[in-house]
Amino acid sequence: MELLKAFVLGGLICLIGQLVMDLTPFNFSSADILVTYVTIGAILSAFGLYQPLIDWGGAGATVPLSGFGHSLAQGAIEGVKTRGLLGALGGGLAATSTGVAVAIVFGLVFATFTQPKG
Amino acid sequence: MAEKKIGRQTLQFSSTPIITSWASVVGPMEEKGALGDKFDLVLTDNLAGEKTWEKAEQKMMQYSIELALEKQSLLPKDLDFYLAGDLLNQIICANFTARALNTPFIGLYGACSTLAEGLCMAGLILDGGFAERIGVSASSHHDSAEKQYRTPTELGDQRPMTAQWTVTGSASYLVEKTGNGIMLTHATIGRIIDLGSSNAQNLGEAMAPAAMDTIKTHFEDLGRSEKDYDLIVTGDLGLLGHSILKELLKEKGISSDNFNDCGIMIYNPDQDTHMGGSGCGCSAVVLAAHLIERLQSGQYQRILFIGTGALLSPLSTFQGETIPCIAHAVVLESK
Amino acid sequence: MAFLVGGSICVIGQIINNLFLQGGLSIKDAAAATSSFLIFLGAFFTGLGYYDELGKVAGAGSIVPITGFANSIVSSALEFKSDGYISGVGARIFNIAGPILVYGTLVSILVGLVYYFAR
Repeated sequence: MELLKAFVLGGLICLIGQLVMDLTPFNFSSADILVTYVTIGAILSAFGLYQPLIDWGGAGATVPLSGFGHSLAQGAIEGVKTRGLLGALGGGLAATSTGVAVAIVFGLVFATFTQPKG
Repeated sequence: MAEKKIGRQTLQFSSTPIITSWASVVGPMEEKGALGDKFDLVLTDNLAGEKTWEKAEQKMMQYSIELALEKQSLLPKDLDFYLAGDLLNQIICANFTARALNTPFIGLYGACSTLAEGLCMAGLILDGGFAERIGVSASSHHDSAEKQYRTPTELGDQRPMTAQWTVTGSASYLVEKTGNGIMLTHATIGRIIDLGSSNAQNLGEAMAPAAMDTIKTHFEDLGRSEKDYDLIVTGDLGLLGHSILKELLKEKGISSDNFNDCGIMIYNPDQDTHMGGSGCGCSAVVLAAHLIERLQSGQYQRILFIGTGALLSPLSTFQGETIPCIAHAVVLESK
Repeated sequence: MAFLVGGSICVIGQIINNLFLQGGLSIKDAAAATSSFLIFLGAFFTGLGYYDELGKVAGAGSIVPITGFANSIVSSALEFKSDGYISGVGARIFNIAGPILVYGTLVSILVGLVYYFAR
């Protein structure tokens, strides 16, 4: 049941992006989509609207990049609670630091050992 | 008084330079296309044993000019001038090929119209009595172009349906004062046409008006019509661009029955290229592998070959600029 | 297709998350570990050359999940390896993903500031 909810929520979140890409006359690049999802996720999270999605759909809400936005926003809020103003500045990045570090490492590892295939 | 200039933009090469040799080199995807078995050489893959896409493209261009020379038992030193261009920044592919040939070199940039531009220039130089034999090359490589103009090749994004697929291909030609081959009788130099299109993923739509402008000027300058040609072929307008051109022609009362486009001709529909092929290599290899053969056999007596180019840079559209386009035409006749 | 692929990747994420939780990680750590593992998967399939094939079919279904983030980073790194490790890979690895970090950080700071002053 939990898996089904994750499937449905995750699928829906991606589907919205696909529809925007297909149905609008604008030419959205990968980067545009990614930035929008992170931003929307962060804003929804700030208003407490993203946690309910996670409570219902689990990974369906955390895996899409809007979940990354949620981590950023929650991280900033946690930062304020523990470190005040400095926490507001560093909290977001701190919370997502593992993900960024991992991305850098794997980026370098795979760049070293594989070739682009075109 | 410029006696050899007819009308506004057309040049008459009264000494009729001859295209005496030609060669085409392509990647594996092009071999699977509609003209697959006609190319002179097919690379095993897009890297061709090199470490980067750019080096592979340069190898491809070098193969094509060496092959064109070999067919006439000639060497690079037998060329008076070498004219070449490609899509990469600073046309490095052409530069490095010229370095290998060690001949006097004139670099060209006309985006996808480079080959037509090269033939125009070769005609000018030869008819002007400035050379006996000129080499002309143009190339493009799908992956080096994607890397420079769009996104990394392994990125999982979806190409819009209006996009075209840059051809991995290079073709070279020998154009001489005398000899056996195809006659280069006229050239119409295009002017930049920009009707405000700013979608870099839909170049067919941007270039069609430029093709129309050159065709119209060519007909007016020479007092000819579409009936004077067995085939009028554009370089890479693609499916959408071609249909837009047909609409524009219809508005001017010009029949488009004998019109075609190299971008449409090069790939099979099942290769999922969306609107067809594009790139300097597209018109260059289709002419060398297919159209010239038909001129040689006499199946076509006279064709109008129009290279179409979108002269944008990877940054110009980000800066809000629209896409300036150009089309150069040459008249090729069988002897 | 976007729905199917996106949903499937999330299901994989859920399964992995559960495995980490069973393995004794706290909720927070399991979440971080799951993200890391998914980033690895995205990077792995990008390196093998399959992620772009997936993207052609799945569109947003493979761009939106965190695997898409990994794909954008690894594909840039791979492509610019030809320009060297420092000027190529190092400088261009965040070509596509950079805006996410820049604007994501900006939004998080704004959220933090608003929260700080609104408390």
